[in-house]
Amino acid sequence: MLKILKYSFYDLMRSRWSYVYFFFYLALGFVLLFLNNDVSKAVITLMNVIIVLVPLIATIFGVMYYYNSKEFTELLLAQPIKRTSIFLGQYFGVAGSLSLSLVLGLGIPFIFYGLFRSNAIWDFSLLLVTGGFLTLIFTALAFNIALSNENKIKGFGYAVLLWLFLAVIYDGLFLMSLIVFEEYPLDTFSLVSTMLNPIDLSRTLILLKLDISALLGYTGATFKKFFGTDFGFFVSMGILILWTIFPIWRLVYKARKKDF
Amino acid sequence: MIAVTDLYKKFGKNQVLTGLNLTIDGGGVFAVLGPNGSGKTTLIKSILGMVTMNRGEILVMENPVKTKWKYRKEINYLPQIANFPGNLKVKELIRMIIDLRQKPSDSERLIKMFKLEPFLDKKFSTLSGGTKQKVNLVLTFMFDSPLLILDEPTTGLDPAALIKLKELLQEEKKKGKTILVTSHILQFVEEVADEIVYLLEGKIYFKGGISQLKTMTKQTDFEHAIVAIATQEIHA
Repeated sequence: MLKILKYSFYDLMRSRWSYVYFFFYLALGFVLLFLNNDVSKAVITLMNVIIVLVPLIATIFGVMYYYNSKEFTELLLAQPIKRTSIFLGQYFGVAGSLSLSLVLGLGIPFIFYGLFRSNAIWDFSLLLVTGGFLTLIFTALAFNIALSNENKIKGFGYAVLLWLFLAVIYDGLFLMSLIVFEEYPLDTFSLVSTMLNPIDLSRTLILLKLDISALLGYTGATFKKFFGTDFGFFVSMGILILWTIFPIWRLVYKARKKDF
Repeated sequence: MIAVTDLYKKFGKNQVLTGLNLTIDGGGVFAVLGPNGSGKTTLIKSILGMVTMNRGEILVMENPVKTKWKYRKEINYLPQIANFPGNLKVKELIRMIIDLRQKPSDSERLIKMFKLEPFLDKKFSTLSGGTKQKVNLVLTFMFDSPLLILDEPTTGLDPAALIKLKELLQEEKKKGKTILVTSHILQFVEEVADEIVYLLEGKIYFKGGISQLKTMTKQTDFEHAIVAIATQEIHA
């Protein structure tokens, strides 16, 4: 598996898109820092960008990579390599190179700015960790969709819809249900529905770490009571890990049975 | 070498292979022929384990295909379409496959043979179709394996390269290797093949030598014999 990973990673690192992605984050990091002049505020703005953009890029990149490397996959399948290793290697190659672009692209400007001397380092690390998780999750989801759909256009469509649903529509439905059921106690409901969507979960995690939950009013207080504690933090991390493992498991399962 | 028993495969509602039985003992060139959609590629891909079978069993050198993927060490496979990662240079691609197979290779001789030296430092995506196929051939023939499977090896080759390919096949045959070829170019098949395996409606319809085929169908030329085979009642 490591060999496939190496080659997929190498292949992606040399493609123009990895650099575009890297330079985008680099530019974003520098611009935000010098406009805001404050690491903490830059982290919040960055969070808003990352939470939407990282899943989108991971989804599209994942689907594109899978379809583009289809013939290469067929070549590998005829070699004495285990099927699982081929797909996992490719998956980690894509997810790894995307995460690297993210971490380096954002890390460099922040280090230049003096991140290690500021106390925002934990908030910033959390931002990068959730960004990494979102990359892993959405690349895995994208690979799943691509693996189940022979038709590129369909696969692409489903992948974008999935992103749209989790990043935008889910929040809309969530808000509507809060309004419709406003007469009932909704603490547990909103906690659970936040946990079920990796994008919402990441957002809440970062916001609460940033100590601006007061802005969120009463719900914020309940959230703080849960997510702000160590227990809540570990539960959320656990759920992010589950969100990563489940699609990877399905990827392996599907890959084993697929015809090429 | 290869033993296929009672192989069934269907894609959705389309039943492609219906209880196919085939034994290939080894040594020589076996041409897998048949009309479009008769299941040639499905058969080849089942042998390679790329297609999962619905029913039946395939043994390659006594190894069941379903469980022991390591048998693929003994197979060199030439895919129908040469489409490898476009970002890699030809040199890197060759090095990568050698690295993945962990086997000694004679890539240099083959590169010279197909005159690929000027392309070694070019990216794969910039090559022409015929050159891509030559690279594909180098990747297939550079290892010393007892079984070779070639899916449409002649696609896009110029006459000079075609002659080189035939020479290569003769060379491998002399070494006692088993070679499975699919092709629609009957002239090529007639020249290289020792035995014909004719697939029709998901079964082996005929298996035997070219002369045997001609006498059975009472035709003097190979092309007509192949056309006649489907219309007559012959069983191997």
